[in-house]
Amino acid sequence: MRIALFITCYNDMLFPEVGRAMVRLFRRLGHEVDFPAEQTCCGQMHFNSGYKDACIPLVRRFVAAFDGYDVVVTPSGSCASMIRRYHPLVAGLAAERGEDADLPNRVAAVSPRVLELSEFLVDTLGVTDVGARFPHTVAFHPTCHATRLLGVGDRPTRLLAAVEGLTLVDLPRSEACCGFGGTFAVKNADTSVAMGQDKADDVIGTGAEVLTAGDTSCLMHIGGLLSRRRSPVRVVHLAEILAATGNDA
Amino acid sequence: MTGAARTDRLDEPEPTFAGTPPFPEAARAALANDQLRTNLGRATATIRTKRAAVVAERADWESLRLAGAAIKDEVLRDLPALLEQLEQAVTQAGGIVHWARDAAEANAIVAGIVRDHDATEVVKVKSMATQEIELNEALRQEGIEVWETDLAEMIVQLGHDLPSHILVPAIHRNRTEIRDIFRDEMWRVGRPAPDGLSDDPPELAEAARLHLREKFLRARVAVSGANFAVAQTGTVVVLESEGNGRMCLTLPEVLITVMGIEKLVPTWRDLEVFLQLLPRSSTAERMNPYTSIWTGVTPGDGPGEFHLILLDNGRTDVLSDTTGRQALRCIRCSACLNVCPVYERTGGQAYGSVYPGPIGAILTPQLRGIAKHPVDKQTASLPYASSLCGACFDVCPVRIDIPEVLVHLRGQVVRQSEATHRLPTAEAVGMRAAAWTLRTPRRLGLAERAAGLGGRLFGRRGRLRRIPGPGPIGAWFRARDLKAPARESFRAWWRRTDGGRGEN
Repeated sequence: MRIALFITCYNDMLFPEVGRAMVRLFRRLGHEVDFPAEQTCCGQMHFNSGYKDACIPLVRRFVAAFDGYDVVVTPSGSCASMIRRYHPLVAGLAAERGEDADLPNRVAAVSPRVLELSEFLVDTLGVTDVGARFPHTVAFHPTCHATRLLGVGDRPTRLLAAVEGLTLVDLPRSEACCGFGGTFAVKNADTSVAMGQDKADDVIGTGAEVLTAGDTSCLMHIGGLLSRRRSPVRVVHLAEILAATGNDA
Repeated sequence: MTGAARTDRLDEPEPTFAGTPPFPEAARAALANDQLRTNLGRATATIRTKRAAVVAERADWESLRLAGAAIKDEVLRDLPALLEQLEQAVTQAGGIVHWARDAAEANAIVAGIVRDHDATEVVKVKSMATQEIELNEALRQEGIEVWETDLAEMIVQLGHDLPSHILVPAIHRNRTEIRDIFRDEMWRVGRPAPDGLSDDPPELAEAARLHLREKFLRARVAVSGANFAVAQTGTVVVLESEGNGRMCLTLPEVLITVMGIEKLVPTWRDLEVFLQLLPRSSTAERMNPYTSIWTGVTPGDGPGEFHLILLDNGRTDVLSDTTGRQALRCIRCSACLNVCPVYERTGGQAYGSVYPGPIGAILTPQLRGIAKHPVDKQTASLPYASSLCGACFDVCPVRIDIPEVLVHLRGQVVRQSEATHRLPTAEAVGMRAAAWTLRTPRRLGLAERAAGLGGRLFGRRGRLRRIPGPGPIGAWFRARDLKAPARESFRAWWRRTDGGRGEN
């Protein structure tokens, strides 16, 4: 099985530790992963902001970079949903305009193989106990796109429940959006912050030491609010917890 | 007293949504209102839980949703033929059908009918279509007084207020505020509130009953909307909870119904699907208390004269947009409002339209013609009033993919901005620069190195805090910190260590 890692542009730049954790985790489970250096971005920011045209070259680059892999795994439910759900739409636009008549075929070959981390572990590798140890109290925020667009369901919490030493606490109103929403966070900053503060209140109320999720974008927003409030709660991506062996956390 | 009070009221301008600032600004004002946020948070949480429970009772809910969407799509596809079928059936049953291209035409038709009967007032059933065309304002300019008889709608009207919800227009008010409105306003327009009225809900309901009863018995003309109309038989259907609608629909001599052209269903069998979908989605009831169904006129039973006004008001333009047209499936249940995390915090008035919340964010811009011509800033801000969390799509009983339409409309806003501005906006420049950077891994790698350097210069203990500035940067840092960009990007690390194999 040829496995490729799609790191996503913002994890590449802001949270490289998430990618390093994935590499470590897969290696421990006996799988080598490739990092195709030609990759850049899935185009979600442009797509969701109304700049669909700008996505066409990004989608072309994506299929070129990941063509030929059996699985493409990514630490973002949001980017995975952009690729699986909306890359076909962008490809259709490119074909309609006569810019690239074959793009829909290339996208159809690649995009269904793109999986979010918990889907890859549970469905492809068939594991829920990944041999991790993380002796902390943890709250899990199910991010909107992973939940509603991908339907990852309880895969992340099954993975967390199997981690040695980890105490998983219930996050009230967990299904409520944290208010990040990409450019929404700055275009409607007041509403975004109001939503995020309610989420931060709920997280603090659980008494958890750590908040985790399958998307660093949401964690960046909630974590930014927690940090400004001088809260001791740390935000950590799911991959980092699953990669942990107790010596490194 | 009634006469003097009436003159008073006709002189007062009816409040409208005109002048609502763009959504971010309107939201900021609403967010600062603690009472509003408490009222809304409580009300939406209650209805959300109740809806989830009654929907879960139906094992075939998903099949019903699919059926509802399919029937509405069929209606939209065959609209011209179905409308003619409806017109013929209504006419045969003794009703009179009018066609109105826009709000002005519809309002003029209603006013004309009222004048023909020498009436000076009308009672109204709760109706979104008549609010959309601002019928009340138009009738009052003609010297015709309008009485809203839906309890919540009456609270809004008495309070010189604007609605904030499709189903519960006074959701932003608590019972003490309602008591005050009844006490201060009822006497000006009819039977006063009883002395010593408390904020106990049964007492408030009784005060409303007594106040409205006078109007029901006196009015000769009633105006309603329609939830559905069956093309096959020309039958019009109104669903409600209070029975006040039933009073309006049966007591007056003349009934005028204003209906958006998309409210059709082809047959009675199709109606069955919606009578299951709508109550569970809107009031979280298995069945609503009052369903009024009538076909034309029946001598000696109910109004002797029935007018049906078929309203376009931008709908055929929406129909021509293959992505946007799914908004016309909407049956005005308001489930999307109740689950929306944005609506829950800002309330409905921030949307500057009678259609608030997620459905309003896709319906209002389309009805105002966003696909055809540049729109004002307030309208253009609506498609961005969402974090795209998708909760609205999950609960929509006719499966409108609201996030998909929001993104589609954002594209229309961007294109219009490009067409009307000689210089690109700051956002467009930023998006272009980002797209250019992301086009090759080399450019992205350089940007990552620059960001890492910036993080080292401006960050403290790996964090960026309180960076002032205009635009998106200032907006982020007003309440949020940010982890400083990494010294070494993932891609640089991979290259340096051969994917970690070169590390110890």
